[in-house]
Amino acid sequence: MAKIVVNVMLKPEILDPQGNAVASALPRLGFTFANSVRQGKRFEIEIDGEPTPAQMVEVEKAAEVLLSNPVIETYEVRVEK
Amino acid sequence: MRIGVITFPGTLDDRDAARAVNVSGAEAVALWHADADLKKVDAVILPGGFSYGDYLRCGAISRFAPVMKLVIDAAGKGMPVLGICNGFQVLCESHLLPGALTRNSDLHFLCRDQEIEITNNATAWTTSFAKGERITIPLKNGEGSFQCDDQTLATLESEGRVIARYVGVNPNGSRNLIAGITNERGNVVGLMPHPEHAIDPLTGPSAQGLGFFTSILKAMVK
Repeated sequence: MAKIVVNVMLKPEILDPQGNAVASALPRLGFTFANSVRQGKRFEIEIDGEPTPAQMVEVEKAAEVLLSNPVIETYEVRVEK
Repeated sequence: MRIGVITFPGTLDDRDAARAVNVSGAEAVALWHADADLKKVDAVILPGGFSYGDYLRCGAISRFAPVMKLVIDAAGKGMPVLGICNGFQVLCESHLLPGALTRNSDLHFLCRDQEIEITNNATAWTTSFAKGERITIPLKNGEGSFQCDDQTLATLESEGRVIARYVGVNPNGSRNLIAGITNERGNVVGLMPHPEHAIDPLTGPSAQGLGFFTSILKAMVK
C-alpha cells in the first residue's frame, strides 16, 4: 500500500485571513519566530501497491479538477515512502 | 414562465427563493441536485446555504452534482442562471463565472442588511433596476470575499460585468467592492447578498430584492 500526498496552497497573491489569524495568535503565546503564516490543505490518498505512472496522471487530474481550485490555489503531488 | 430552484443537500434558502419567484408572478419549480432533468424550466436559481456542508471548498462538490451538468450545458446555450451566495460560489467553481469566493477578510460570519449599488442593469436578472440604483438587502456569508487575478478584474471592469457593488463599507474584503458579476453573455449572474430575503417589508429590510425576480420575468416575456 502506498500513500499519495496532495498539498494545496492558496496562491501567494490571494489574501489568507486564516493564515493571518494564526500569525497574529503566535506572538500572543510567546512564539516570536514567524514573519508570516500561510494555511493550506493536505490530502492523504491510500492506494493498493505502488502507484503506476497512469495512476499518477489520474491523481494530478483529480488534484486540478477537484482537490484544488486553480483560480486561487496551487497543488503539489508526491508519493510518501 | 417556469423558474427552477435547485436544492442541494445543505441548501437553506430554496424556500425563500421559490417564494420570491412566485411573488414575482412566475412559477417556481423545485429541482433536486440528483435530478437528471431540468423539468422544462426557462431559468434556474441556485440558492444560498451550505451545500455539501461547504466541504473541501464552498460549492466545490455541488459543481459535480448531476443537475449541474444540465445547468452548465443550458447556461452555455443562453438559459438565465442566478446564483445567490452559495449559488454564486457554485457558479464560480463550475467556471460559469470567473474568480472565486474566499473567507471574509476579518474571518467573521456576516449577517446584516447591506446597501448595494446596481452597476449593470442590462443582464437577464437586473433590468428592473435603474443603473446606479441603491438597494438594501441582507448579506449573510462566511466566504464572500470575491477574488480574482488582476487581468480578470480588468476584464470584468472594462466589459461592465460587475453588476453590483457594496456601498459604504467593504464587508468582506472583495476586490473592487464586488457584490455580484455576470458572464460575457449576461445570462449568468452571481450575487453574494440575498435578494430573496428582501421581497416583503414584513420579513426583510425592504422589498427591493424583488427586482431580480421581476427582471427575469421581463427578460422571458420579451
